[in-house]
Formats: sequence, structure tokens, C-alpha cells
Amino acid sequence: MSLTTPSASWKSGDAVSDQFPAGLRVLVVDDDPTCLRILEKMLGNCHYEVTKCSRAEAALDLLRDNKDGFDIVISDVHMPDMDGFKLLEHIGLEMDLPVIMMSADDSKNVVMKGVTHGACDYLIKPVRMEALKNIWQHVVRKKKYEWKDKDLEQSGSVEDGERQQKPSDDADYSSSANEGNWRSSKKRKDEEDETEERDDSSTLKKPRVVWSVELHQQFVTAVNQLGIDKAVPKKILELMNVPGLTRENVASHLQKYRLYLRRLSGQHQNGLGNSFMSPQDPAFGSMSSLSGLDLQALASSGQIPPQSLATIQAAALSRATNKSSISVPLVDQRNLFSFDNPNIRFLDGQQQHNNGKQVNLLHGIPTNMDSKQLAALHQSAQPFGNMHINVHSQSGQSNSLLTQLVQPQSRTQMLNEVGSNQVLNLPASVGQPGLSQPIPGAVFGRYGIDNVRAPTYNSLSQPSSVVDFSRSQGMELPGNTIPLASNSGITTFTSKGMLQEDLNSEMKGSRSFLPSFDAFNELNQNRTEDWSLQNVGSTFETAQHSNVQGRLDVAPSVLVQPGFPSDQRNGHIRTTSVNKAAFSAASGLGNITNLGQQLTSSQADNSLRIKSERLPEMGFQNSIFPDQFGQEDLMSALLKQQQEGIVPVENDFAFDEYHLDNLPV
Amino acid sequence: MQRQLANMKQSLFDQGYLDEQFVQLEELQDDANPNFVEEVVTLYYRDSARLVQNIDQALEKSPLDFSKLDSYMHQLKGSCSSIGAKKVKSECTQFREYCRVGNGDGCKRSFQQLKKEYATLRKKLEVYFQ
Repeated sequence: MSLTTPSASWKSGDAVSDQFPAGLRVLVVDDDPTCLRILEKMLGNCHYEVTKCSRAEAALDLLRDNKDGFDIVISDVHMPDMDGFKLLEHIGLEMDLPVIMMSADDSKNVVMKGVTHGACDYLIKPVRMEALKNIWQHVVRKKKYEWKDKDLEQSGSVEDGERQQKPSDDADYSSSANEGNWRSSKKRKDEEDETEERDDSSTLKKPRVVWSVELHQQFVTAVNQLGIDKAVPKKILELMNVPGLTRENVASHLQKYRLYLRRLSGQHQNGLGNSFMSPQDPAFGSMSSLSGLDLQALASSGQIPPQSLATIQAAALSRATNKSSISVPLVDQRNLFSFDNPNIRFLDGQQQHNNGKQVNLLHGIPTNMDSKQLAALHQSAQPFGNMHINVHSQSGQSNSLLTQLVQPQSRTQMLNEVGSNQVLNLPASVGQPGLSQPIPGAVFGRYGIDNVRAPTYNSLSQPSSVVDFSRSQGMELPGNTIPLASNSGITTFTSKGMLQEDLNSEMKGSRSFLPSFDAFNELNQNRTEDWSLQNVGSTFETAQHSNVQGRLDVAPSVLVQPGFPSDQRNGHIRTTSVNKAAFSAASGLGNITNLGQQLTSSQADNSLRIKSERLPEMGFQNSIFPDQFGQEDLMSALLKQQQEGIVPVENDFAFDEYHLDNLPV
Repeated sequence: MQRQLANMKQSLFDQGYLDEQFVQLEELQDDANPNFVEEVVTLYYRDSARLVQNIDQALEKSPLDFSKLDSYMHQLKGSCSSIGAKKVKSECTQFREYCRVGNGDGCKRSFQQLKKEYATLRKKLEVYFQ
């Protein structure tokens, strides 16, 4: 911890810190009275303030009634009235408290579940004193994280000079916590070195905000209004206009929300429609596996319908976007996709950014949104232009990309008009966590992990999960759609494909994105036809990139749109772009990931860097990604691409290889 | 007397009735809670009696609901491990294994054994706490 400056300002409220961690207020929830009593005694011996509770519902009530009454919660996994993981989720969303899970069950999948649901630790019963002695670190860590996040939100500027200093008292114990936890801070490490201390002790008086249903609803509305990619805490705060709510509160809630959406998107694949609160079972886990499988399957089948690709891409994208939480899954995805592009940069780069950056553009966007749905999403999402790749740009920053990409509304309109393409109007739903679900293709899983089109989505009936971009020709790229933002990362690609399919309905041939890039080739060919769409696609990609994080939300349709003024063309183009998207999806299985990654990374850049990772076949300009890529960028990238032909535009657009250029216009 | 107690405790450990966790409980005992261990053990027997009864009843049903049995046993196992009841805990594990493979007879036999261990430990601890 860099206690550079004497914790002068922070001294206030540090009174507690002097004794910290003594006095830590712990809530223990377990239906086993023996265990409960033992824990109570052990925690008491650690000088913590313990409150026992044998029922989950009662515990929630307690927490809700005492908003700032507890610092940390320890809960059993198996309880009769409510599943421990569900409780974990509730607490995380409503109160943002660190939660430790406990169980006699030490099997890997249960522990993994804890991780994916956001538990900050997992203890195996019988619990020993030593394990409990250090739980304070989670409290400190969280506080620090929140502070940091706050800072980050502020463009990385350290807001409060005072925060920096952690009371020296805390230094001792905080340091260990700090070191350990910088997961978020790591990302921002460079930006915020100085803010490390900011969090000073966990005892910092930070009034806990209880996110009631109404408050959360207001939050969601604000986020949707702004669009996932544009939803920065500051703006959300303004929109919400709730007295007493601070930006930090919003920032940390936003993070959770994204995580939640992400989880949802993973679910989407399995079945969309996850309610915001629904505990998603390892969305990530499943997502990853799904994506992996999808990709693999697709690859092998060689017929990966664009959808799947899109999904995958989306997944990758979304994954990428989700930086912290998704980083893990992304990694997996990466592997999956390591088809061609080993650089899943998205994941890495983007992740970091995701928090604030667009990265998650795609997240919000259900990748699999059928064009119709996309349209719906579209509304909520910012119109990328049509592409709302809004995959939840939770970070809000991603918004910029998305919006850029999709030239606002005009496109969508065009797209919409052009084809009934179902174009994934993802955007609409992007913002809303719930939206993603409906979009079949675009199911972007709320947070970025848009549903990559898990085959389920594609209303287009994509045979494979691959995003059938081609299908959707009609997809009006209206911004949304391209659910490319693969929702959960991997699968998101597919979702995207779906969107695209919608978009591409017109596109020639369903371009199923064969994973083996063949699809792309086809797409490319298609591209020629519609090439105009290509550009769109490219924009898409860029846009998608932002979401790429996992979500290759880049709905093909979006791709099509980029800047193509001609509506009609768009229709065509869409297909192309869709193809592209699909293509990218296809090629993207490997590429997508890359794209996603690239997107994600590019998102950070905000430029349409379409990393054409190298989907040579893909000529598709990574339309999948692009949410973030501003349209302009995309367009330029696309144009560039075009000239280059299927040359993976690597760096024009963050899309990997998905250059629209490649698509033969 | 103290020595007797110490010997008794030692033998409980040696014979595998109790494990490390029991020591943890003892370490928690202090002047403010001089009977902590006894309190916890009493709590354990009271609560687990209910579970044992549930399992008994479930074992009499036909066909056997293994997942429910497993769930009960998981809870029982958690309690046992909390107080360090080693032998009982290993019987729990055995039982769950039978459940996993769907061996109803195995479950029943294992449970009989478990109840025996359970009762034996209880008696010994009662003496110990006298």
C-alpha cells in the first residue's frame, strides 16, 4: 500500500481502523445449529461482532433492514429454505457485501459455482479458526476495489487525494489484502497506483447502499437509457437522480450488474430469459464450455453456421469485455478459439477496460437476437447506428464505440427497412439485462456475454449455433443486432451469427460460418454482393469489438450497415456484413475469439481496430465485434479492408480479420 | 480426576472416535464459556437425532429416494465433522457412497453401523463430560 501521504484525511472514521479487524461485523448463515454455534464462538474469539442466522430469508431481511450493519457475510451452501448461491447473489446485488461460502462439500464444481456467483472465498467444513481469522481481508479488498473502481470511472484520475492514504494503521493489514487483491486494481494499476491506499480500511465509513428493487429498477432503466456502452456511473447517477447515491455506489453496482448479465448471457445459451436475479448457474462455466464446444463442434462440422460463430465471437467478445469476472472465462475461450488467432487480446486488454470501457458493449446485447428482437433491443440499446451493439457497455465507455460504429439510428432504420432482417437489434436490449434474453440470436446475456447465438437463438434456424448471419439478411443492421457480442463469450459468436442471420436473410446463402473459415470464404463471396454491407459489417465489428468481449455482438447486420447510406444496399450489405459477421463468426471461431479479443482490446482503443487477426478467410471484417468501433472507424477500416481484400485488417479495426473488405463486394 | 479425564480423552483420540476438530473446540473453550465443548456436543446430538430419525424413515420407504438420503447424510456429515466425530463421519461417507451407486442394502447396513458408532460416541462423551 502506498501510504504516501499520511492518512490524514482518512483518519476520520478510522477510529475503527485502529482496532481493525476487531469489530468486524459478521453475519453467519447456516441451518446447522452445531456449526452455527461453533462459528459464532470462533468469530467471537477473533474479536468480530457476530450475528447468527439459521435461515437465509431471515438473513436477507436482516441485511436489508440494517443497510450498513454488516461488513461481511458467511453462508452455508446447502440450506433448506434457499440455496446458498442464490443468497449470495442477492447479497451481492443488493448490498454489495463480500460473501464467503462454506460447505462440507469440496467438490470442484461446487467451489466453481461459488466463484462464478461472486463469492469472495469458499471454506470447507469443518471450518478452522485460522480460516476465519483472515476474513477481514475480503472486506478490505472489496473496499479498495470499490474505491479504485471509482477512480477508474473517473477516467482513472484519483479523485480523492485523501483516499489515497490509507490510515497507516491499516497499512499493516491492508497491505496484504491489497496485494492479494488487486485483481481489479491490477488492471488499473498503472492508473491508480496512488489510489491503492484509497480504500483505507474496510472500516471506512462507506454507507452501504441497499439496492432495493425500485432502486435497482431505476438503475437498470438508466443503464438502458444510456445504453450499455454508454452507461458510465456518472451518467447513470445523474439519470437516476437519487439523493444520497454516490457514484461509487453506482459503479460497484454496475460491476455486479455486468457480472450478472454476463452470467445471464451464459444462461442464454442455455435458455435465455434469465431474469436479472435468477441465479445463473455457472454461466460462465457453461459458457465457456459451450463456447468451447460450440467452436469445436462448429469447427469440426465445418458448417458452423454463422450464428455459432457469431456466438462464439460474441462469447469471446463478451468475455473479453468482462474483464474481471470474465477474464477467466475468456481465457478459456481463448483457448477455444485459438484457432488462428492466438491472441485473444480482447480478453486481456479489453478486460481491463471493460470496466469502464466499452468493452462490454456487446455484453448487453443479446447476441442472439433475432432481428426482431434486436430491434427491440435496439431501442434500449443505443443505436449503434443500428447496431446497437450495445452489448451492455456497462462500462459505459464502450458506448462510444458502439455508437460510433453504428451510425446512429439512421442505420438502423435503413437496416430495418431493408430487410426485415431480423437484424439483431440488439441494442435495444442491450441495456437491459433482461432484454438479452429474448433475442434469440443475440442473446447477449446481459452482460456482454450475449448469447452467442447458441443455436437456440437463432430464430433463423440456424443449424448450428453458429451465427447465421447469412440468414438474417434482412437484418437491418440497425445497430443492434449483431449480437455478435457473443454473450458469453464463446457462444456469443453464435449469437451474433444469429443476428446476422436475420440480417442476412437476404444475404446470400446462409453463410453459415463454417468454422473452418470456409464459411467465411463464402461470406466473403457474398460480400461482394452486398459489399455495401460490408462496411456495415465492419462497423459492426468495431462495434462489436467493444463488446467483443465476449460477445461478438457484432451482428452481421450491423456490419452491413456501417455507413451505408443506401438502405437498400444495406439490405444487401447486410447480408454481407452478416456474412461477415457470420463469417467472422465462422472463421472466428478462432477468429472470433480474436476478434472478440481484439474487439475488446480495441474497444479500449475505441478505434475500430479490427484486428484482423487473421482470418484470412474471414474477409469478413469482424463485423462481429464491433460495437465499439465507432462507425467512422469501422467504415474506414472497412474501406481499407476492401481495398486490401480479404486481408485481415488487423489493426484497422480491432476486428480480427474481419475486414469487411474481404467480403467481396 | 484430571488425569483420568485426560486419559479418557486420549483414548478417544487413539481409538479414532475423535479427531482434530474436537481439539479446535476445546481451544475455543475459555473462562467466559467454560462448558463450550459440552454445549456444542449437546447441540450436535440434539440436532442430529432429528436427522438420524429422518434417515431411518427414509430407509423404510420403497423405493429408496437416494438423492434425499444423500442430502440428509450430507447434513449429518457436516455436523459430525464440526465436532470431530471421526468414526461417525467415515460411516457417513460410506453411506453416501452406497447412495451414489444406488445400493439400498449397502445403505441400510452402513446406516446400522453408523448408528452404532453414533451411540457409542455419545456414551463415551457423556462420561467424559461428567
